Amino acid sequence: MIYAVAVFAPLLGSVIAGFLGRVIGDRASQIVTVSLMVLAAICGDVSFASVAWGNAHTGVVPVFDWISVGDLHIAWALRFDTLSVVMVAMVTTISTLIHLYSVGYMSHDSSIPRFFSYLSFFTFAMLMLVTANNLAQLFFGWEGVGVASYLLIGFWYQKPSACAAAIKAFVVNRVGDLFFAVGIALMFFLFKSIEFDNVFGNIQAHMNATYHIFGQDFRSYEVIGTLLFLGAMGKSAQIFLHTWLPDAMEGPTPVSALIHAATMVTAGVFLMSRMSPLMEFAPHALQLVTFIGATTALFAATIGCVQNDIKRIIAYSTCSQLGYMFLAAGVGAYQASMFHLITHAFFKALLFLGAGSVIHAMSDEQDIRKMGGLFKKIPFTGTVMWIGSLALAGIPFFAGYYSKDAILEAAYAAHTGLGTYGFVCGVVAAFLTAFYSWRLLILTFHGTPRADKHTMDHVHESPFVMTFPLGVLATGAVLVGLLFHTMFIGDARDAFWGAAIFNGPTNHIMATLEDRSMIIGLLPTLVGVAGIFLAYVMYVLVPGMPRALATTFRPIYLFLLNKWYFDELYNAIFVKPAFAIGRFLWKTGDATIVDGVPNGLASLTSYGSSRLVKLQTGSLATYAFTMLIGLVALISIFLWVR
Amino acid sequence: MSELGFPLLSLLTFLPLVGAGVLLLVRGDEAQVASAARWTALWTSLIVFALSLILWVKFDQTSSGFQFVESVPWLPQYDVGYKMGVDGISVLFVLLSTVLTPLCILASWETITTRVREYMIAFLVLETMMIGMFCALDFLVFYMFFEGVLLPMFLIIGIWGGPRRVYASIKFFLFTLLGSVLMLIALLAIWHYAGTTDITRLLRTSFPVGMQNWLFLAFFASFAVKVPMWPVHTWLPDAHVEAPTAGSVILAGVLLKMGAYGFLRFSMPMLPQASQTFAPMMFALGIIAVIYTSLVALAQEDMKKLIAYSSVAHMGVVMIGLFTFNVQGIQGALFQMLSHGVVSAALFLCVGVVYDRVHSREIARYGGLAERMPAYAVVFMVFTMASVGLPGTGGFVGEFLVVVGALQVNFWVAFLGAFGMILGAAYALYLYRRVVFGALTKLDLRSILDLSPREIAIFAPLVVLTLWMGVYPSSFTHFFDASVNAMVANHVAALANHSTFAQATFTGNFH
Repeated sequence: MIYAVAVFAPLLGSVIAGFLGRVIGDRASQIVTVSLMVLAAICGDVSFASVAWGNAHTGVVPVFDWISVGDLHIAWALRFDTLSVVMVAMVTTISTLIHLYSVGYMSHDSSIPRFFSYLSFFTFAMLMLVTANNLAQLFFGWEGVGVASYLLIGFWYQKPSACAAAIKAFVVNRVGDLFFAVGIALMFFLFKSIEFDNVFGNIQAHMNATYHIFGQDFRSYEVIGTLLFLGAMGKSAQIFLHTWLPDAMEGPTPVSALIHAATMVTAGVFLMSRMSPLMEFAPHALQLVTFIGATTALFAATIGCVQNDIKRIIAYSTCSQLGYMFLAAGVGAYQASMFHLITHAFFKALLFLGAGSVIHAMSDEQDIRKMGGLFKKIPFTGTVMWIGSLALAGIPFFAGYYSKDAILEAAYAAHTGLGTYGFVCGVVAAFLTAFYSWRLLILTFHGTPRADKHTMDHVHESPFVMTFPLGVLATGAVLVGLLFHTMFIGDARDAFWGAAIFNGPTNHIMATLEDRSMIIGLLPTLVGVAGIFLAYVMYVLVPGMPRALATTFRPIYLFLLNKWYFDELYNAIFVKPAFAIGRFLWKTGDATIVDGVPNGLASLTSYGSSRLVKLQTGSLATYAFTMLIGLVALISIFLWVR
Repeated sequence: MSELGFPLLSLLTFLPLVGAGVLLLVRGDEAQVASAARWTALWTSLIVFALSLILWVKFDQTSSGFQFVESVPWLPQYDVGYKMGVDGISVLFVLLSTVLTPLCILASWETITTRVREYMIAFLVLETMMIGMFCALDFLVFYMFFEGVLLPMFLIIGIWGGPRRVYASIKFFLFTLLGSVLMLIALLAIWHYAGTTDITRLLRTSFPVGMQNWLFLAFFASFAVKVPMWPVHTWLPDAHVEAPTAGSVILAGVLLKMGAYGFLRFSMPMLPQASQTFAPMMFALGIIAVIYTSLVALAQEDMKKLIAYSSVAHMGVVMIGLFTFNVQGIQGALFQMLSHGVVSAALFLCVGVVYDRVHSREIARYGGLAERMPAYAVVFMVFTMASVGLPGTGGFVGEFLVVVGALQVNFWVAFLGAFGMILGAAYALYLYRRVVFGALTKLDLRSILDLSPREIAIFAPLVVLTLWMGVYPSSFTHFFDASVNAMVANHVAALANHSTFAQATFTGNFH
C-alpha cells in the first residue's frame, strides 16, 4: 500500500500543480508538490528498508487491466522486488531533494506551477518505469519520462536552442524506442507474454529458439537482447545515440540533475538488470553491451576534457559513467552496475546541483573560463563540489570508489577479449574523469577570479532551501558506498538481491571480484590520483600548458571540442536528407507524378464539361445529371444481368 | 424489428435526416433562420448521440454475430433487402460518428455565417449517410450510403471551403468516384454469383479463387482511395486544406475509416484467399505510406496539410495491421482507426481554433502561442502526443498492437511499419514547436485569445476519450474481441479448406 503511495503521490502533485496551479498560486503549488514528494520519499524509503533489513515478501501490487487482446494480456501493476524497491527509494529521495532545491533555484521564474507539475510528472513516469511488471508498462514509463524530459528541456520555450534541444532529445530517443518496441513484439511472439514472471519462468523452454532475419537464423534471445539494448542506448545516451544529452543541458539545472544524471538516463541500465534472466542467455548481445559501454565510457570522457560549459562537462561525465554501468552489465556484473547507478545518482546529482549553485551565484554564467576563485565566496558549494568530484574520481572510501572499482575488477575478471578492452577503456576513462573533474574544480573555484568585478561582487552562497539538498547529497556521496557495498556487491548480495537479478549458471563474476591481484584493485585509484595531479600541473603549476597543447595538437583538440563531429555528421546524413527527401516527394512525387494522372484526366474532363456546360446551368446540375445517368445505368444493368 | 422492440439503427440513421427536413421548413429572416438551424442541428445530433449510447450499453460483447438486426424486404425478387445491424467491428464507428457530429456542429457555431441552414442540412445528411454505411447489412444499401457520403462532403468543401475549394472538391470527387465504378461492377458480379446482396449471407459464401482476385482488385480500387492508401492519397491534403474545419474533422475522423472498414467488411472475410495473395502488396503500400507521407509531412508549411499527410501515414499503419490476419494486428488496426478518428479530428479542431482567430493556416504565420494561450497549448500538446503514439494516450495502443501483430508475420513489416514512431515524432513536434513554442514576435498574436468556453466544451470530451483509450483501452477492445476472433478463425478455416479443395477444382485460375 505504501508502495502505491510512493508511486502515485507524485502524479497527484503533478495534476494539482498542473491544472490548478493558476488558481492556487506559486507557493501553494510548491507546497503541494514538495510535500507529496516528501510523502512519496518516506514511503519509498520505508519500502526499501523493509526489503533491505526486514524480510518483506516480494510480489506484485495489481492496479487494473490495461490491454487485453487475444493472448496478449497486459496489466497495470507495481512490481515489488529488490531491483524495483532500490530504484523507487533512490528516485523518490533524489527527486524530493531536487524539488526542494528547485524551490530556491526557480524562485524568479514566471511559470513555477508548470515546472513543478512537470517535475512531479517525470517522477511518476520514472516510478512507473521501475515498478513495471511487464515490458509494456516499462515502455509507458520509458516514453513518459521521455516526454517529461522533452517538456523540461524545452521549459524555456521562448529560447530557440531549448526548443531544438527538446525535439532532438525526443526524436533521438525515439530511434532507440523503435528497436525497443520491436523487441517487445518479438518477445511476445516468442513467449506469448510480456509479463516478466511468465517470460523469466519460460526462459529454458525457448533456449534454442531461432529467429530468421538478414537471411540467417539467430538465436531469438540474442535478437531480443540486442533490440532491447538498442532501445537502452537511446535513453541512456550511449555512443551513436548520445547526441541529445549534452544539448539537453538547455533545460533548467535541477532538471539536468534529476533527469539527465540521476534517474532517466539510467533507465537503460536498469533495463539490462531487469532483463538479466534473458540477457544472461544472450552472450553475443552482452558482448555488444560491453563494447558499446566501454567505448562510451572512454569516448565521452575524452570530450569532457576540453569542454568549457560547466554543465556540458558534467553531461559528458554522465554519459561516460553510464558507459561504465553498461560495461558492468555486459560482463554479467549487474549488481555492480546497479550499485554504480545508485552511487552515481548521489554524486552526479550533487555535482549538477552544485553547478547550479555556481551558475546561480555567477548570475547565469556557465563558461568555466570566466570563473575562478569562487571557493572563498561560496565555500559550501565549493566543498560539496569537491566531495562530488572525489566520489566521481573514485578516491577511496567515497561512494564512487566502491562501485567503479567493482566494475573495473569485473571487466578484468571477465578474462575475455572484450572484457579486457573494457578494462583498458575504463582505466583510461577513470584517469580522464579525474582530470576533467579537477580541471573543472580548479578553473571554477581556485586561482584568480576571471569574472568582472560586478559579477564577483554579486557572488553569494545559495539560500538554505538549496544548500540543504546539497548537504544531504554530499553526505550520500560520502556514505552510500561505504554503507551499502556489502549489500549490493559484497557477501550479502545474494540475500539482498534475491531473484531480482539473475546470474547465469556459468557466470561467477561477482564471486571472483575479491580474488584479484593487489595492483588491479589499486589501479583505478592510482590513475584517479594521477589524473588529479595532471590537472594540478596543467592548470596550477604550468598554466600555459593547456593552450600550448591545444595549439600543438590542434586537429585533435578541435576534434574533441566539436564532440567528434557527431552532430555535423548526423545533420548531413539524417536531418538534412530527411527534409530534402520530404520536399522532393511532396513537390515531385505527389504534385507532379501522382497528381499528373488525375490532373490530366481532370483537364480532359473540364474540356468535356466545358461542352456540357453549354447545355447545363452549372457544375452542380451537371453533377446531378451524371448521377441520374448513373442511376439509370445501374438499374438497367441490374435488371439486365438478372 | 430488433431485440429492443424498436428499430434503433434505423432511428439513428434517419433521425438526422428528419432534422434536416425540419430545417427546410424554417422560415424567417436570415439571422433567425441561422440561429434556428444551429440549435436544431445541435439538438438533433445530441439526441442521436444519446440514442447511440444504447448501443454502448446493450451491445452483447460476447457475441460475434450481428446485433440490433432489422430487415425489411425491398426487392424480394432480386433478393435485395433493407437490412441493418452492427457487430463488434462496426458498432464503435457508429458511436464515433455520433460523437463527432455534435462537436462539428459546435465547432461551426460561429465560423459558418453564410448559408447556415444549408450547411447544417449538409451535416445532418452526412451523419445519416455515415451511420447508415456502418449499419448496412445489405450490399446495395451499403453502396448507396457509401457513395451518398460523398454528396454532402462534396458540397461542404465546394461551398463553404477555402479559395481553391472547387479544385479540391472536384479532385476529391473524381478520385473517389473512380473507385466506386469498379466497386459497383464488383457488386453486380457478387450478386450475380451469390444471388443475394445480404451481407450476412455473402459472408458465408465462398467465391472461386479466380473471381476472388478480380473482386479484390475491384474493391481495392474503391477502398484504397477512401483510406487513402499511397499513391491515391493526394486528394486528401487538398480536400483538407480547402474544407472548413468541421469538414476536415469529419473527413479525418470518420470518412477515412470507410475504406478500411470496407476492407474489413468485404474484402477480408469474403475473399480470404485473395486477401492472402494480396497481403504482401498491402504491406508494401502500407509501409510506403508510413515512410513516404511522414517525410512529406516533415516538409509541409501548411498546418492542415501536415496533419492530412500524417493521417495518410497513420492509415498506413491501419492497413498493415488489417492484413496481418491475426487478432493483435486486426484489433490494433481497429483501435488505431478509432483513436485516429478522435485524435486527428481534435488536431484539425486545434488548427481551426487558430485559423478562426488569425485566418491563416501557414505555420510560419504563428509562433509563441503558449504565452498567450496556455490552455490551448495544453490541449494541442495532448493531441500532438497522442498522434505521436505516446503510451497512456489512444495513439499508442493501436500502433503497439499493430507492431505486435505485424511481427508475427514478418520482422521488416513490423520494423518499417513502426518507423512512424521516429518520423511521426519529428514532424509533430516540429509543427508544435513552430506554432506554440518560440518567442511571440508577431504583433497581432499578442492579443490573441485563449480557448473560449465553447471551444473547451468541444475539446474536453475528446481529451477524456484520448486518455481513456490510452489508460483503459479494454473498454473498447472488448467490443472487438468476439467479432475479430471469429473473423480470424474463419479466415484460417477458409484457407485450410481451400488448400485441400483448390487442387481439385481451381488450379492457377489467376496466376
